[in-house]
Amino acid sequence: MSGVRSGTGKEPVAVVGIGQTRHVAARRDVSIAGLVREAAQRALEDAELRWADVDAVVIGKAPDFFEGVMMPELYLADALGAVGKPMLRVHTAGSVGGSTALVAANLVAGRVHGTVLTLAFEKQSESNAMWGLSLPIPFQQPLLAGAGGFFAPHVRAYMRRTGAPDTVGSLVAYKDRRNALKNPYAHLHEQDITLEKVQASPMLWDPIRYSETCPSSDGACAMVLTDRAGARRSPRPPAWMHGGAMRSEPTLFAGKDFVSPQAGKDCAADVYRQAGITDPRRDIDAVEMYVPFSWYEPMWLENLGFAAEGEGWKLTESGVTELDGDLPVNMSGGVLSTNPIGASGMIRFAEAALQVRGQAGEHQIDGARRALGHAYGGGSQFFSMWLVGAEPPTT
Amino acid sequence: MASAPSPEVLRAPLVLEFPFTRSLGPVQSAFLTGLRERTVLGVKTEDGRTLVPPVEYDPVSAEEIRDLVEVGAAGTVTTWAWNHEPRRGQPLDTPFAWVLVKLDGADTSLLHALDVPGPDAVRTGMRVRIRWAAERIGAITDIACFEADDGPAGGGARPHSGEFGDPVTGIVALARLDYTYAPGRAQTAYIKALSEQKTVGERCPSCRKVYVPPRGACPTCGVATAERVEVGPRGTVTTYCIVNIKAKNLDIEVPYVYAHIALDGADLALHARIAGIPYDQVRMGLRVEPVWTEGARFPDHYRPTGEPDADYDTYKELV
Repeated sequence: MSGVRSGTGKEPVAVVGIGQTRHVAARRDVSIAGLVREAAQRALEDAELRWADVDAVVIGKAPDFFEGVMMPELYLADALGAVGKPMLRVHTAGSVGGSTALVAANLVAGRVHGTVLTLAFEKQSESNAMWGLSLPIPFQQPLLAGAGGFFAPHVRAYMRRTGAPDTVGSLVAYKDRRNALKNPYAHLHEQDITLEKVQASPMLWDPIRYSETCPSSDGACAMVLTDRAGARRSPRPPAWMHGGAMRSEPTLFAGKDFVSPQAGKDCAADVYRQAGITDPRRDIDAVEMYVPFSWYEPMWLENLGFAAEGEGWKLTESGVTELDGDLPVNMSGGVLSTNPIGASGMIRFAEAALQVRGQAGEHQIDGARRALGHAYGGGSQFFSMWLVGAEPPTT
Repeated sequence: MASAPSPEVLRAPLVLEFPFTRSLGPVQSAFLTGLRERTVLGVKTEDGRTLVPPVEYDPVSAEEIRDLVEVGAAGTVTTWAWNHEPRRGQPLDTPFAWVLVKLDGADTSLLHALDVPGPDAVRTGMRVRIRWAAERIGAITDIACFEADDGPAGGGARPHSGEFGDPVTGIVALARLDYTYAPGRAQTAYIKALSEQKTVGERCPSCRKVYVPPRGACPTCGVATAERVEVGPRGTVTTYCIVNIKAKNLDIEVPYVYAHIALDGADLALHARIAGIPYDQVRMGLRVEPVWTEGARFPDHYRPTGEPDADYDTYKELV
C-alpha cells in the first residue's frame, strides 16, 4: 500500500530537521544572509547535525524582482555552508517553497545525496511585491486590481457555483488567526481577534475583506532531508515522505477552471496514489494548505478531494477544519497569518512534518499520523504537495 | 541567432526601476559605516585570512565570523580591465580602469574604479590608494575611486571593534533595467485592430477555441494559431469584484467594478472595468459593450447593453 515501493528502487526520504524564523513584518536587524542562516541553523540544531554533514543545498524564493537581488543564491552560499557542495535554486512563484522541498527530496530519493538542506525565504520588507508582480508592459492596459483583485472574481465564481453563504470566508480567517496565537513563529498574533472584527473589517476587493487577506512578512524556513541511514541517527522522530508531486498549467487558457484547477486535482491524485491514500478525508489527519485569501480553504478542500464539488464550504462552516475538528486545516495559522511569499510553501510542508513528528507544540493535533502539505502559485498554475507520515513507507 | 525584427511588429522601450531597501546586518553595517569614517574594515576567517570586503560567514568552515580588522587605504592592483565608455551610474564619467585592489593587510581584492589618463597608465602590481568622496553617507560610493600612489606597500590588518557612532543599518539600492519590448506578431495585429475599435482574436486549428487576446499559439494544444476571428463587441460579465482600494498610478475613483468579460465568440474572458451602472448593481451574466474614448488604445470601460442577462448555463464554462 505504500508509495515508495521496492520496485521503484527509491530511497525513503525522512525529515529530521526543521527550522524557521519568527516571521515578522520587517527584520531590519539582519541581512538576507542573516535571515536564511537563522532558519538553516535551527534546522541543523533540530537534526543535531553540523554544516559538514550536509551534502547539498536546495534553495527557493519567489521572483528576484521582489528584493531586487539577482540570483541571491550566489551570495548566500557562504551563509548556507554550500561552498564546495552542489547548490540549486528553484523558482515556481508562490508554490516555490513546496517545489524546493520536493527537488531536495528527489535528490535523496534518487540516492544522489544522503543529506540535503533545503530552504526558502522572502524578505518582503526590502521589496515591493505589488510592483514586482505588476510591471507596466507597453501597449497593454495597466492591471486594474492587484493580487486581491486577481483572485476575488474567482472567489465570487466559487460562491455562485456552490451557493456558499458569504460568511464562510470570515470563518476561515477567524480560525486561522486563532490558530496562529498558538504558534510562536506566526507573524500575526491578533490576541483580541473576534469573528465580529473579521466581519467588520473593510471590504477591499468585494467579496474579499481586509481580514481575509494574508500579511506581507520577512521569514525563512529550512528542513534537513535525509535517507534511511540518516534517519537512524536522528535524535528525534523523523517525518517520512509517502508521496510528493508537482503539476503546472498555463495561467490562462480556454477551459481553465480557476475555481478548481485541473493541475491541482492531478497533483493531489498523484500524491495519494504514491501514498496509497484512497479516501483523503478518512486517511489524512491534518492538512496545511496554501490559503492566501480565506475562501481558498473551501475551494482547495474540493480541489484536493477532501469534499465533493460544491461541498467544501460545508466542512468549514460545520467546524470540521477547526483545530479540534476531525480534519484540521492550517494548524499553524496558515498563509493568512504568515506570508514570506517564497517561504510560504515550505512552511506548509514543514508544518505537515512537525505534526507527524509530534513537535507542533500548542498547535499539535493529537495522534496525527499522516499530514498533507500543499502550495500553489502564479495564477493558480503551479502546484506542489507532499504527504508525510509518522511511520516509514512500507517497502 | 535572432532574426531582424519585422517592421510591422510594435516595439517600445521598457524601463523597470525601483529603489530597494537593504538591511545590512552587523558586518556590512560596520563596513559601510567605516567607509563613511574613512576606515576600511575586513573580517578574519578561521584560517587567518583577511577578507575585504567582509562577509558574515566563513567561506571555508561556514561558521559565523565577526572578528573585524582595519586594513590600509592603499593597496596593489591584482588585475584590471579598461572601460572605454562609462555608462550611467558608474563611478566615473570619463574612461577608467576597473581594478581589483588588494588593500594593504587584506588577502582578497576589492573591485572598484581607477582614475588614470589611459590604459597605458595601468599595470598589474601598481600601487593605488583610495580617493574618498567629499560627502560620505555610508555606501560603497564613499570610495569615489582609486588613484595612482607612489608610496611603499606596507601595513598589516589591525583589530577593530567595528563600532562607530550613528551606524548605518540600511541602504537604498536603486535597481534599473532597460529593455526593448516587442509584443510579437499576434499581439501587434490585435493592438492594430483595436485602433479601428475591433477586437480580433485567433482560432486554434486543433481545438477551435478562439483566444482573445491572441498569443500566436494555443497553450493547450501547443500549435501555432493564425486564423483571425473578430469577436464582440458585446459580451457577458462572467464574474467580477468590486475594488475599494485605490491603485497607485491609476486615475479611477473607487469603488469600481473589475470584471471578467467573455466577448461574444471568444473562448476565454478578458478583464475590464464596468461603468455606466451603479457598482452594486453589476452581476454575473450582465450583457455589456465597450465604450471608447478618443485616441485610446483600449476601450475605457464596458457598459450595460440593456439586453436581458445571459443565462448562467450559457457562460458557466467561461467562468
